[in-house]
Amino acid sequence: MTTSSATAEPFITVIGLEVHVQLLTRTKLFCGCSTKFGSPPNTQVCPTCLGLPGSLPVMNRHAFDLAVRAALALDCTIAPFTKWDRKNYFYPDLPKGYQISQYDLPFSSDGCLEVVDSKGAFARKVGIIRVHLEEDAGKSMHDEAAGTGDSRIDLNRAGTPLCEIVSQPDLRSPQEARAWLNELKLLLVYLGVSDCNMQEGSLRVDANVNLHIPQPDGRIAKTPIVEIKNMNSFRSVERALTYEAARQWEEWQATKEEMGKKPKQTRGWDDPAGLTRPQRQKEESSDYRYFPEPDLVPVTVSEADVAAARAAMGEPPTVLRKALEATWKISAYDADVLVNQGRDLVGYFEDLATRVGEGKVASNWMQQDVLRTLNERGGTIADFPVRPEQVADIIARIAKGDFDTSRGREIFAEVLASGRAVDDVVAGMGIAAVSDDDLVALCRELLAANPKIVADVKGGKEQAAAGLIGQAKKKNPNANPGKVRQICLDLIKAMG
Amino acid sequence: MQPLELSAIDLVTAIRQGDVPAVQVAEAFLDRIAKVDGVIHAFLHVDRTAALERAADIDARRKAGKPLGPLAGLPVAVKDALCTADQPTTCASKMLAGYRPPYDAEVVARLRAADAVIVGKTNMDEFAMGGSNENSAFGPVHNPWDVSRAPGGSSGGSAACVAADMAPVAIGSDTGGSIRQPAGLCGITGLKPTYGRVSRRGLVAFASSLDQIGPMTRSAADAALVMEAIAGHDPGDATSLANAVPPYASLLEQPLTGLRIGRVAEHFGPGLDPEVAHGVEEAFAAFKAAGATIHDVELPHAKYGIATYYLVAPCEASSNLARYDGAHYGHRAEPGRGHHSSGAPTGGFESPLVEMYCRSRAEGFGPEVKRRIMLGTYALSSGYYDAYYAKALRVRRLIRQDYLDAFREVDLIGGPVSPTPAFPLGEKTNDPLAMYLVDMYTVGTNLAGIGGISFPCGFTKGGLPIGFQLQGPALSEPLLLRAADRYQRLTDWHRRRPKLPA
Repeated sequence: MTTSSATAEPFITVIGLEVHVQLLTRTKLFCGCSTKFGSPPNTQVCPTCLGLPGSLPVMNRHAFDLAVRAALALDCTIAPFTKWDRKNYFYPDLPKGYQISQYDLPFSSDGCLEVVDSKGAFARKVGIIRVHLEEDAGKSMHDEAAGTGDSRIDLNRAGTPLCEIVSQPDLRSPQEARAWLNELKLLLVYLGVSDCNMQEGSLRVDANVNLHIPQPDGRIAKTPIVEIKNMNSFRSVERALTYEAARQWEEWQATKEEMGKKPKQTRGWDDPAGLTRPQRQKEESSDYRYFPEPDLVPVTVSEADVAAARAAMGEPPTVLRKALEATWKISAYDADVLVNQGRDLVGYFEDLATRVGEGKVASNWMQQDVLRTLNERGGTIADFPVRPEQVADIIARIAKGDFDTSRGREIFAEVLASGRAVDDVVAGMGIAAVSDDDLVALCRELLAANPKIVADVKGGKEQAAAGLIGQAKKKNPNANPGKVRQICLDLIKAMG
Repeated sequence: MQPLELSAIDLVTAIRQGDVPAVQVAEAFLDRIAKVDGVIHAFLHVDRTAALERAADIDARRKAGKPLGPLAGLPVAVKDALCTADQPTTCASKMLAGYRPPYDAEVVARLRAADAVIVGKTNMDEFAMGGSNENSAFGPVHNPWDVSRAPGGSSGGSAACVAADMAPVAIGSDTGGSIRQPAGLCGITGLKPTYGRVSRRGLVAFASSLDQIGPMTRSAADAALVMEAIAGHDPGDATSLANAVPPYASLLEQPLTGLRIGRVAEHFGPGLDPEVAHGVEEAFAAFKAAGATIHDVELPHAKYGIATYYLVAPCEASSNLARYDGAHYGHRAEPGRGHHSSGAPTGGFESPLVEMYCRSRAEGFGPEVKRRIMLGTYALSSGYYDAYYAKALRVRRLIRQDYLDAFREVDLIGGPVSPTPAFPLGEKTNDPLAMYLVDMYTVGTNLAGIGGISFPCGFTKGGLPIGFQLQGPALSEPLLLRAADRYQRLTDWHRRRPKLPA
């Protein structure tokens, strides 16, 4: 499949992503310090994560297990033997002068994650080159006032477990890249591996991009690969890639420069300005002098370990989407919408659908009422005030004919606003079932008052009866519009 | 009772029985330090007040009938490479001058838990890099047997303070011979345990895969006593061994009958001082007389030991010492004030940060430390890694295999500790390669991760101690200590004391 834009462009955009996610552990990767976000600077530190003389790292096995779970969900092969390496470079937020990472023997490699656009624009299986585990650095805060201020270092984050996921350059458009990131994030959140909160830095993305340009002689020209950094949202990723593709196309037309021996260029995304700028390379970035970390022993992963990680995995989103479609007979699109909202919302839906006994109705209420108001209000489904049993109650009463769907929506809104029980709201709004006798009386009254409509209906224009329904609602808001319509039609027919 | 003359075992027994108060013992050694360390310079820091308070507390607890630790009241000197929360820890480097760690090294914590009295921190080669103690930023240590000579290194202060009766026990660390070689040159007993036997946590790292802490004492029996307190698994050191700690002291009683000691012909090749060779051969004869048998064994790759060691150790050191960058603690150069003492150019730095890094490290590290950081950085660089570091790791495996093969035929391997007796201060300071060769008999133990012990086996005509080394398989400490102890029951070299100017 190709994107609509690709067909219009004389080039193919080739994108690979490098994603760093912080793992949801209570403590750091190599010491017992808390990983909590937002504490006062340098309050979650110890000799090990401060890199003090004589301190030693000890691996947090829980972090390793979480990383294995993520790698399994990404279809990676788990290495039975893996080791740690030191990546050496100087920077003030790296207190040891090296980062403990994994170099030539990552714990997992060779996986994939598929992204399918539910609207059918693309379906792409994206290879994962490797997933490895490493420790995060601290944070530098530069006081750039007049260029004279000191820089401050917060080492609370130093040593937080970080999973690096490197994709193959399999993505073919900025839209695909964004969709793939959404899917990756969804997966990792489902697995309980990470909260993937970009604002708090628990998910970070760098992108590698270049263009493949078919030449008249059939050869494919490739532009130099650019690594884009500083993208703070998935939207920024899409925008930055779109910008960068256009920039490379312009540059290609001007220079015809192809991918060559020059080292990869790094460009930073300037979100307000909407463009990428060349970044100065870190002084030592060309040579990290990796070597095996002598303070740690290699890690062995048994088949039992892998089985345990697989058991802890639960249902990933792709599996869940198919399960919802099959169980509740809802469309792929509906299943996608529900699953993309997270495991808790799916739980809410399953509860509701079980009570209602009908997936499609439950799904419509989820999307039109629950999700819409949830999006307006903010917050999570866990503390959404209207519970599934209440929504099911409203739906059941509609089915029984107590009131119509639009009336049901009003009741839903009132339950949400007031926090009262459905019964109270129904009573308070003066909603009571109208007896059939009362309805017939009301319809007779309306027919008498509207000879024109009666005549039109008799003349074969049944849709003219709609005018009667509006009037019936005005006279008695509890009147069921369907019943009113049917009674009126029956009465007119009986008139002969 | 004269505490200075008692062994560590006798001291703890005397204190426990109330024959002598711990305070009196501490005072005796502290007074000795005050008297002779002006000449020897074994200590970088002595905490008399804290030591006496600690000793008084032990006496009070003994009088109150409360339980006491196995080393109760024993004065212990600790190499300045081990973190002590109550005393500075400098590694004899300007880089860490005045640095106070917020925590005790695991070994220090175990010593305190055993109720030892830590009297002070001993001088050493800067960051444990050296074989003569002349690389201390705070001045060299003088050998108590001849103060114009070096005590060896890097644990030279620990060796000299025991030799000069300033402490009955010292703690050293051994990366390529840094316990055994100074012990040999100072006429004391030094044990380098199997890698992982003693926790490294809180030992300021030089070369993580080689570093090991061990006791430096007057006798093997005293070393066994100390090992019982400091050895054992530490969950805070991922490389520490989980094996149970044997009762080293009580295992000394088993006889040596049937012990097979290997002798490596290459150990007696060029470079070995004839007087040292003679002393070592005499020791072999003594072991034979005690019931051991002597066998020729080969360590075919031993000749590559120094070359291998001087790649592995500097590579790890270049990374371990990266943290001393002036940013977080330790020495930081003042910003932009023209030329500094080392003569390195100022200006032309790509940023104030890089200037701070470069100048802090230029000023804070001594020449040998810089030399090894440069060696290691070079050897790990892309394009050189395979030719140097990776190849060194392969040779290291061969050296380890040599030992495994040899220990199928013998129980222990004997030989010299060092090619010469103590050499004059200044003799090798301008010739780093000559200095590196003082480790030629000791680095193999570290590269193989096994155990080794050195102890005195004679004296030169000039009155300098000659050391004998035994190397044993992994976790052979009981046998190493037992063999050395048996030898010391038959000889009195270890009882001799240098005559120091009063």
